[in-house]
Amino acid sequence: MGILEIKDINKRFGGLQALGDVNLSVEEGTVHAIIGPNGAGKSTLLNCLVGKLEPDTGSVTFEGKSILGLKPHQINQLGISRVFQTPEIFSTLSVFENVMIACFAKRDGAFQLNPLTSIKGEKDIHEKVEQMLEDVNMADKRDHVAASMSRGDKRRLEMAMCLAQDPKLLLLDEPTAGMARADTNNTIELLKEIEEKRGITMVIIEHDMHVVFSLANKITVLAQGTPIVEDVPSKIKGNPKVQEAYLGGAHE
Amino acid sequence: MFGLDKRDTTLFLFVVAITLLAPFLLNPFPTESALAQFNAGYPDLMQRFVIFGIFAIGFNILFGLTGYLSFGHAAFLGVGSYAAVWMFKLLSFNIVPAIILSVLVAGVFSLAIGYICLRRSGIYFSILTLAFAQMSFAMAYSVLSNPNFNLTNGETGLQVYADDPQILKGDGPDFTHLFGLEMNTTKTLELGAWAFQFNAGFYVCAFFMIIAFYIAMRIFRSPFGLMLRAIKTNQTRLNYTGLNSRPYTLAAFVISGMYAGLAGGLLAVTDPLAGAERMQWTASGEVVLMTILGGAGTLLGPILGAAFIKYFENIFSKINDTVLHSWFSFMPESIDNFLVAILYPFVGKGWHLTLGLMFMLIVIFLPGGLVDGGQRLWNRITGKNRTQAEPVANPKPAE
Repeated sequence: MGILEIKDINKRFGGLQALGDVNLSVEEGTVHAIIGPNGAGKSTLLNCLVGKLEPDTGSVTFEGKSILGLKPHQINQLGISRVFQTPEIFSTLSVFENVMIACFAKRDGAFQLNPLTSIKGEKDIHEKVEQMLEDVNMADKRDHVAASMSRGDKRRLEMAMCLAQDPKLLLLDEPTAGMARADTNNTIELLKEIEEKRGITMVIIEHDMHVVFSLANKITVLAQGTPIVEDVPSKIKGNPKVQEAYLGGAHE
Repeated sequence: MFGLDKRDTTLFLFVVAITLLAPFLLNPFPTESALAQFNAGYPDLMQRFVIFGIFAIGFNILFGLTGYLSFGHAAFLGVGSYAAVWMFKLLSFNIVPAIILSVLVAGVFSLAIGYICLRRSGIYFSILTLAFAQMSFAMAYSVLSNPNFNLTNGETGLQVYADDPQILKGDGPDFTHLFGLEMNTTKTLELGAWAFQFNAGFYVCAFFMIIAFYIAMRIFRSPFGLMLRAIKTNQTRLNYTGLNSRPYTLAAFVISGMYAGLAGGLLAVTDPLAGAERMQWTASGEVVLMTILGGAGTLLGPILGAAFIKYFENIFSKINDTVLHSWFSFMPESIDNFLVAILYPFVGKGWHLTLGLMFMLIVIFLPGGLVDGGQRLWNRITGKNRTQAEPVANPKPAE
């Protein structure tokens, strides 16, 4: 029984079957990559896991509890954090404030009415933010306005915000999309470090095979909304079904 | 001090000093001089400065922090006024129950309206609030003033009549008062050519504005305020960080509604009369102008904006062609007439034209409002290129 269990999920958009009978089990402590050609349903699947979309049929359980029908913030409070394809950060706030918001959300829950508390008095939160920024090597950028940073740094910040919440499961939607090679390698290093130090379970959706094969312990290949292969990385490359899915066999 | 850091304490004490010394600061010209008409240090106008200051401070908590542009805040102002006048009618002219009730009623009202309107954001939210405010206006103007159930007294406006119950009045004063101190009490201090007026109503309103400013400051510096700013920046990230934006926006909406109610209550305190026109959309628009003009999302901005607009409304509208002629009378008559003809559309009844022009200039050249302008000026004078430490990291044109 994995930490995340997806059973018989179907999702239709009008006449398009975006997901058809997807079954997936993510084991605790693994890095599970989901790959597939464009339009295979990777992002739809991810959106079904975070409460943005609701599947038509099927079930999604996290640690044995169903998370279907929950709102994104409720799912996050259960311990699932998401990293977006384009970094979603609070761009007009400082790096420090960005991470601080994540820390408050972890400590105080989804809503806290504390208009008269002073932020400056929250010593434990300040310490935690400092620590988190050290961990992702951003301590020197703490007062930068988030919008002013490079793509790689924004990604790093988003990662820090997710990690500050000590998630049990980290979902990454193409974490290196549109990045320069150097930034991509930095991100891979960062993710490796997270995996080694913290042992957080991760689900990665990715186009870049270099990233996938550097990180994943297990790979699921999705084609036309259905998983066609699930295996360890070394066996995926030579699999004829995978080659067919990627090299256009689907058109015949 | 007061749970604020050093910088904020300085700012707070500055605001307290300016407010309390307003009768001096707003009265720079001797009473008999030609410039005396530019003095703003008379009770009626000073009361308006602080009351609309409170209104704008509250509006800024919603608009400046969360970015939700409400176009219906005048409804809460009006509701506050009606509640206060009803307290005068039923109990007595003591202002304490009136102010308490006006804040509470506005709070309940804004909770109900906010709960519905906050289901949408952006332009749809603005339109919903506008619709509610116009409904409130229409109700107050006609529906709720029929002979069987006269809650608002229609277009005459709600006021206190001699045959009202006023059960706690006894032989108390016949004007609004704070435990006997009547709000229209004014003491005049003659100093040489100057006459400074100290009005009880102004100081009561100023007291509430200082409290209102202090609370707003604490909100700006609290985790709650941080979340509100986060909502303005990126709601998607906020939700995926485990925070529920709805209760945050609703709380901000209710808090700012209560500020508006307080302002409405104080309007009734200084003049025990409540009319439906207080709820009209132009009144809602005015507070938006005040906040943007002063600097949305800054602490001082709303107060500056409110004072700015109220000053020009009162001073410019008083200038008529006789005044203009008296200014240019030293010139040949043809030039005099020419100048008066040019300037006349911009003053008197046409003061809105001047306001509109100034609003355009400020929004185009100082998108951060008057506070932004002040900061730029200060930086130029001191030669520093200080990065902005105010909540708005980089002022943007208000949308």
